[in-house]
Amino acid sequence: MTILPGNFARADPRRGTEENDLTTSTRALAVDRVRKSFATGTVALTDVSLTLDAGEFVSVVGPSGCGKSTLLRLACGLETPTAGKVTTSAASTSYVFQDATLLEWRTALRNVELVDELRGAPKAERRAKALGVLELVGLAGFEHHHPRQLSAGMRMRVSLGRALVAEPELALFDEPFGALDEITRLQMQTELQTLFRLKRFAGLFITHSVSEAVYLSTRVVVMSGRPGRIVADVDIPWDYPRAPELRYEAEFAAIAGKVSAALGQHA
Amino acid sequence: MSTPTAVDSARRPWLRTALAGAAPIVGALAGLAAIWYGVTYLVLSPQQRFLLPPPHEAFGAALGNPQLMGPMLDALGRTMAVAVIGLLIAVVLGVGYAVVMSQSAWAERLLYPYAVILQTIPILALVPLIGIWLGYSFPARVVVCVIISLFPMIANTLFGLQSASAAAHDLFTLNKATRWQRLVKLQFPAAVPSIFTGLRTASGLSVIGAIVGDFFFQQGAPGIGGLLRLYTQRLQMDALFTAITLTALFGVVVFAVFAALDRAVVGRWYGR
Ligand SMILES: Nc1ncnc2c1ncn2[C@@H]1O[C@H](COP(=O)(O)OP(=O)(O)O)[C@@H](O)[C@H]1O
Ligand SMILES: [Mg+2]
Repeated sequence: MTILPGNFARADPRRGTEENDLTTSTRALAVDRVRKSFATGTVALTDVSLTLDAGEFVSVVGPSGCGKSTLLRLACGLETPTAGKVTTSAASTSYVFQDATLLEWRTALRNVELVDELRGAPKAERRAKALGVLELVGLAGFEHHHPRQLSAGMRMRVSLGRALVAEPELALFDEPFGALDEITRLQMQTELQTLFRLKRFAGLFITHSVSEAVYLSTRVVVMSGRPGRIVADVDIPWDYPRAPELRYEAEFAAIAGKVSAALGQHA
Repeated sequence: MSTPTAVDSARRPWLRTALAGAAPIVGALAGLAAIWYGVTYLVLSPQQRFLLPPPHEAFGAALGNPQLMGPMLDALGRTMAVAVIGLLIAVVLGVGYAVVMSQSAWAERLLYPYAVILQTIPILALVPLIGIWLGYSFPARVVVCVIISLFPMIANTLFGLQSASAAAHDLFTLNKATRWQRLVKLQFPAAVPSIFTGLRTASGLSVIGAIVGDFFFQQGAPGIGGLLRLYTQRLQMDALFTAITLTALFGVVVFAVFAALDRAVVGRWYGR
């Protein structure tokens, strides 16, 4: 576990800025000394470097408005950096939005099918795939429900299903559980963890919940207030699957405490 | 994984939806009839009563006269045809115009002013010109309908096409959707409820347009608007009131049909 000072150590090979290209075959994403400012003059990110390897699930926590969403949008090419470089080797990238962002006029099944539909996959094939994915996210029996007929948690499951159906090598999550109630949220965390264990995409997960970050991730990255920079990078030791009760153990509390402390110092 | 629960929607049969939609209108008509009786018997003196004969007398005299009712219903049918054709053309043109505008910011900036001008020019000022250009029969009447009902189609469709969330657009961008896919699978479906709203407004305006057209363009077989003018000139009060009432009912029916269609289609569309 490493907690970095404001100017992070460049010695760490995982985020070595000199060789931040996708040199290793397992590297899914490399963000290299990226700065992002908008036309409005807002500087969202300064000097952010971050790498993500296959099999890693990295959570980013930071105060609201510090540029977390911007970081995700840079990672998938929805935004381009003002300075620095973003590279990815992922053949397929999925993005899970904060609100489920389903097409209200499509059933759960057809929402999941959308991605393959846009790629021009044959109907029978994409339907079979979507049915399989819906079962995986616990929505068997709800294929023909419209989003309006589903609870918030179920809508988010559809959204996860739509992300999985693309068979992503890199999956980006922008506070997907932020709007859910506590019980649903804990349940979704457990299920996302199961899905991660099964699919082993490289995951980059934005959250404002420290406990969610620690519970889900192999690493937790802490960002400072705007303009965002990375102020801490914390390794999480446990293997998957992680029992829900892990959250109540002393070691969990200790790690979560360290993340919170880093957050508090740089808010 | 847990067993999720769903909020199930009650499914109403289409007819019931339509009736439920029509009930308030029927109530309003009953109210109007009551006011009518009130004015006739309580406000007007017997000498003045010919200005507003009570409904049963006005309708009784006209409905019992096939020589009057035959032409009147024919005229109503012709007006209805004009209104429907005008509405169809307005829908196609309006949706098409909005789709073109929705495809780029500059297209919208270039084209929207024309729509606004169309809306702000008093249509009655244009009507004589249309007559001079197109003659005084069927095509001119249809054109009046189109002009009068076009703007709500354009405005509502454009609003709908632009209503998809930024996140939904990002989703399409990330999946490398083509412009056509974005239009057909995102913007247009998102616009369906607004298009129906536009359709409801436009259908009412189209009826007005058809009657205005009848009123001004008297060449060929008359529409109901033409007869209204005729009855007024001849002071045929019974016929006039019956024709006005039929016209009003026609408008109500058109509105009710589109309101029911709106609820049925949009409801199904969104799984309500
Ligand atoms: N397209 C944009 N144009 C201008 N400013 C933006 C844009 N997107 C984000 N910002 C600004 O950049 C900062 C970081 O935003 P964001 O990445 O959404 O923060 P977070 O997700 O951490 O809450 C905010 O101050 C926000 O207002
Ligand atoms: Mg955000």
